[in-house]
Amino acid sequence: MRRPLAWPALILGVLGFGILYVPVIVMIIYSFNSSRLVSVWAGFSTKWYGALLQNEQILEALGKSLWVAVSAATISTVFGVLIALAFVRFGNFRFRLALSALASTPLVMPEVVTGLSLLLLFIGMEGLFGWPSGRGIDTIIIAHATFGMCFAAVVVQARLRDFDMSIEEAAADLGARQPYIFFSITLPVIAPAVVAAWLLAFTLSFDDLVIASFVSGPGSSTLPIVIFSKVRLGVTPEINALATIMILLVAASVVTASLIIYHNSRTRRRALEQTAAGDEITVVGQKESQP
Amino acid sequence: MMGQTTWLQRNGRRIVVALPLIWLIVFFFLPLIEVAQTSFTMPRRGIPPFEPLWGFGKDGFFTNFNLENYALLLEYWQDYLGPAGNSIRLALFSTIICLVFAYPMAWWIARSDPRQRAMLLVLVMLPFWTSSLLRIYALIGLLNPNGFINTMLLFLGVIDAPLRMMQTDFSIYMGMLLTYLPLMILPLYATMIRLDDDLLDAAADLGAGRVAVFRTVVLPLTMPGIIAGSLLVFIPAVGEFVIPALLGGPDQMMIGKVLWTEFFRSRDWPVASALAVLLLIILAVPIIYARYQDGRTTALDQQYDEAQQNDIKPGAA
Repeated sequence: MRRPLAWPALILGVLGFGILYVPVIVMIIYSFNSSRLVSVWAGFSTKWYGALLQNEQILEALGKSLWVAVSAATISTVFGVLIALAFVRFGNFRFRLALSALASTPLVMPEVVTGLSLLLLFIGMEGLFGWPSGRGIDTIIIAHATFGMCFAAVVVQARLRDFDMSIEEAAADLGARQPYIFFSITLPVIAPAVVAAWLLAFTLSFDDLVIASFVSGPGSSTLPIVIFSKVRLGVTPEINALATIMILLVAASVVTASLIIYHNSRTRRRALEQTAAGDEITVVGQKESQP
Repeated sequence: MMGQTTWLQRNGRRIVVALPLIWLIVFFFLPLIEVAQTSFTMPRRGIPPFEPLWGFGKDGFFTNFNLENYALLLEYWQDYLGPAGNSIRLALFSTIICLVFAYPMAWWIARSDPRQRAMLLVLVMLPFWTSSLLRIYALIGLLNPNGFINTMLLFLGVIDAPLRMMQTDFSIYMGMLLTYLPLMILPLYATMIRLDDDLLDAAADLGAGRVAVFRTVVLPLTMPGIIAGSLLVFIPAVGEFVIPALLGGPDQMMIGKVLWTEFFRSRDWPVASALAVLLLIILAVPIIYARYQDGRTTALDQQYDEAQQNDIKPGAA
């Protein structure tokens, strides 16, 4: 028996979705406003998108952010897979408790603390070993990879838990050995989770303002740093246009990805149901095909 | 068929554990030690802008340990401990407000048919994947004195003068909702989707009203989701920087913003470090509790999955 939602709950639910979406929708509409003033609608125009393409500061910051996010996400994913393998496959290994504490605390560490602490470390290391000399893109990548790998590990671990060990055992019985088994069997099977982990680490890095602000040097401003400095001065139509492009790009990819996942899971469920039902289905099918 | 094992094969496991362990010790654990150390040093002009805590000078080993920065936090308590208290208050109310909206939303999603459920889940996940900085920026366009809401209300004649919504507790709560609502919905949804309809029917058949069913069946069974979601919102909300910086005024000072100002404006790194230590002390209890709770729910999840598998296994039939 399915009960209808009580009306106060329905109102709260609708309001909740409204809070998540109304600000963004209004911003998207106003990014096409030809007036610089937010309060006046002066007609449809795409001139702010044109202005955006001319803005070298933003384009340069975008390039840096993309490079940082791709590098950090790649390091995060490699290390995240290692952490997940250790937790799921190695049982009670020697540094399990230490690794588990170190890999889960960054998930809940306040960004200001992470940023400040890494900056102090980089400065201390520079004093001791002369590396990293100054702060810039490299230090941002290291900072982002550090918390990214912890998120990546969570995503990969979940997939690795329901991994069917029998296929690996079969490979081992046939004489395959470890790195080979991992690269030819384990990795392809967990690939969707690895991709998801990479995308999550990429997004976290691409959106990060606070940590990057601490560990960036002069001339290494990422996109969120540039956006933040502009937003502080007020709402501008150029940023509306930029935000619209970024949000719509993400929305398009998330919706596409969900459609693919939804479709795959439905096909798989049907296939499972058919195998479970076994011969009956084929019998029914044969009967129908006979006139 | 036993060939020679390579060095990589013999030490594979060690490498798998050692690489991330060393990385996290160097880039996560050591930095925290560094913060704790710096909070006991004195500021100076120069690079870095603080005295070394210990080292080797002309007269051999020396230490410069002092509690001056913590004394400063106490002496100017309105400037430091005040915002810390404010952070706890704002984060606590934000958590409650998120829960009030998220609970019916999660229930709605969990109770709808699979096709609609998939769509609603995407609607919840979408903001999670988009930059919170940009979404907060979008909110400013709505709440500004000359923003969308005021323009509309003035145009419709509902109000005569613009409402002051920015730089109030209201704008902070709106920002927190915008940022953290999905984090509250997802764990709630995870507990509600497992809720057995038969339990609700049984309670109703035995004469329980809607309120009684909720209080005695639904609420206790969704409690793990409530706790998990609340921790996911409360912990980052206490240390939040972007929301008080862009949406808050002087009355909405939060510890994350004070730390930022001390670091970037005043360039007083020792005091900033002392504030970081204070923030960690505030968060120590919820963080440890979250880890404990997380371990428990993972164990419960595994039990649940095993139970499910055992039920479904055709061998049992």
